[in-house]
Amino acid sequence: MLHQVLFIFFGLICVAGAVNLLVQRHPINSALSLVVVMGALSLIYLLLGAEFVAAVQVIVYAGAVMVLFVFVIMLLNAGAEERTRGSRIALWMGGPAVAVLAGLIVYMMFKNQQQFNSVSIGNFVSSPADNTHAVANLLFKDFLLPFEITSVLILIAIMGAVVLARRES
Amino acid sequence: MTAFLIAAVIKIVLVVFLLLTGVAYMTWLERKVVGHIQNRWGPTRVGPFGLLQPLADGVKFILKEDMVPDLAHKGLFVLAPALALTMSLISIAVIPFGEMINVGGTNTALQITGVSLGGGHPTDINIGLLIILGVTSIGVYGVALAGWSSNSKYALLGSLRASAQMISYELALGLSLVGVLILAGSFSLRGIVDSQSDTWLIGSFNTHLPHWYIFPQFVAFFIYLMAAYAETNRIPFDLPEAETELVAGYHTEYSSMKFAMFFMAEYVNMITVGCIATLLFFGGWHGPLFGPPLMQALLPVVWFSAKIFVFMFVYIWIRGTLPRFRYDQLMAFGWKFLLPLAIANIIVTSLIVALGA
Amino acid sequence: MVPLSWYLVLSAILFCLGVSAFLLKRNIITIFMAIELMLNGVNLSFVAFANHWHQLSGQVFVFFVMVVAAAEAAVGLAIIIAVFRTRETLNVDRVNLLKL
Repeated sequence: MLHQVLFIFFGLICVAGAVNLLVQRHPINSALSLVVVMGALSLIYLLLGAEFVAAVQVIVYAGAVMVLFVFVIMLLNAGAEERTRGSRIALWMGGPAVAVLAGLIVYMMFKNQQQFNSVSIGNFVSSPADNTHAVANLLFKDFLLPFEITSVLILIAIMGAVVLARRES
Repeated sequence: MTAFLIAAVIKIVLVVFLLLTGVAYMTWLERKVVGHIQNRWGPTRVGPFGLLQPLADGVKFILKEDMVPDLAHKGLFVLAPALALTMSLISIAVIPFGEMINVGGTNTALQITGVSLGGGHPTDINIGLLIILGVTSIGVYGVALAGWSSNSKYALLGSLRASAQMISYELALGLSLVGVLILAGSFSLRGIVDSQSDTWLIGSFNTHLPHWYIFPQFVAFFIYLMAAYAETNRIPFDLPEAETELVAGYHTEYSSMKFAMFFMAEYVNMITVGCIATLLFFGGWHGPLFGPPLMQALLPVVWFSAKIFVFMFVYIWIRGTLPRFRYDQLMAFGWKFLLPLAIANIIVTSLIVALGA
Repeated sequence: MVPLSWYLVLSAILFCLGVSAFLLKRNIITIFMAIELMLNGVNLSFVAFANHWHQLSGQVFVFFVMVVAAAEAAVGLAIIIAVFRTRETLNVDRVNLLKL
């Protein structure tokens, strides 16, 4: 019961933040709504027993990636959006298409509902005290190669960002 | 269940009250100590030794006119200081002050988010340290949005510099704590303090030094302290709010209560830094225990406060003594010196632990 | 007891809102944020299924998705800054010619 109430509460905050991102004209408001979505998602990860992922979501996603977005919006002094020709076509054709996509996915989920178990607090993948240990074991033993490749990927991204954003002199 | 809720509410009210009083008197301490370093008295007129000065300051902040610039983004202008103060106060919720205390028949842990299941040894959140790091990351928004919503050149420049400085030093801050985590084996703050209980044994020789992580991790402590000074925007890293450089940086356009909120957030962040340094490097609340059981339950809190007081004094002492870094020197120091040193510390620590096991 | 399909429906809703924001908004930074929203929706699916199948690989994969999203955000924003320097606009409808 408490689990359902918590999930619906945080789920509503997520959806409200995402709708706000869609509706707002100024990019800074969209950025802050996205931060709210990420915070609420981190709490939903806690409901699913993924403590380490929840903490990393706040530290990395909400606390670093979104700060980068807010920085760029502040630096470029982006103003409110203007309505141009392209957005009207996208509204008339894209809106119904996305609604159909959403309806299709929701229908499939509810049709296969019996095949999925329920999530309950206490029946998590790993015991809460061991979540970080278990994730670290998996990350550094079974998934060591992807880990090393992503570190090379970040290095490439850093170098690329520095080169691209440099002023021509 | 109701006993648990009542104990939790009492703990929250008590901790917040003591914390805000501590913040107020830290401003008094700062003015007195910096004054004496600069060969003058500091506040002496309001009450004996100027002890009622924070009260007078509080009244001044409440009664001052609260100005909002004309073209400022009103929502964000009000949100930024509230966000800064809220995030500072949230990190106090996971900090343990002592073991357990038995009040009126119920055992409760001396920590807002600590429980003692079935009256036994207290436990707390498994990812306590990560919560503090996460909340520090969200605190950057308070600074960034404050400058941008003020719609003023000095404020925008100051906030861009301050937030770039804060996110650069967050890396060194987090990495410097990894050495302690390797030795302690847990993210939970109570677990880290509990692993500092015994004494250091080299082989089978008992050195009679307490098992505090300052002894093997002195490099990490040095990195942590400097990164923390940069995170809290204190001298020698306080260029973004220096008066001679950028008027007042990101809080130029703020007055009265909103400025007071930024001010309080800065001091609460300093106290949090002191708490984490004590918990991770200096054994938290461990110290000699004596006396009747109630005193034995409260004496750890006294040792904890004494250790934090030492850190606050060092903060204020350094403020009175050192000049400030220039901005490019500051960023070079964070990226080119502290970050490689923190990574080297992690490598050396893990090698020693892995080879010793 | 929350049925797993509720988590998946929430993930689907977030993903579809991300797609619609991607199609409808004209500011390039907002389009980027819609991509991040889509990635977050997918992350929720991964964690939900990690709980369902009792394997931690889902959570490890979320880790990798976050890292890739961070790298992509850094490079994408650098490109946006470079485009802004020459075109002086952030509206995607105005960046429609190869030559200025």
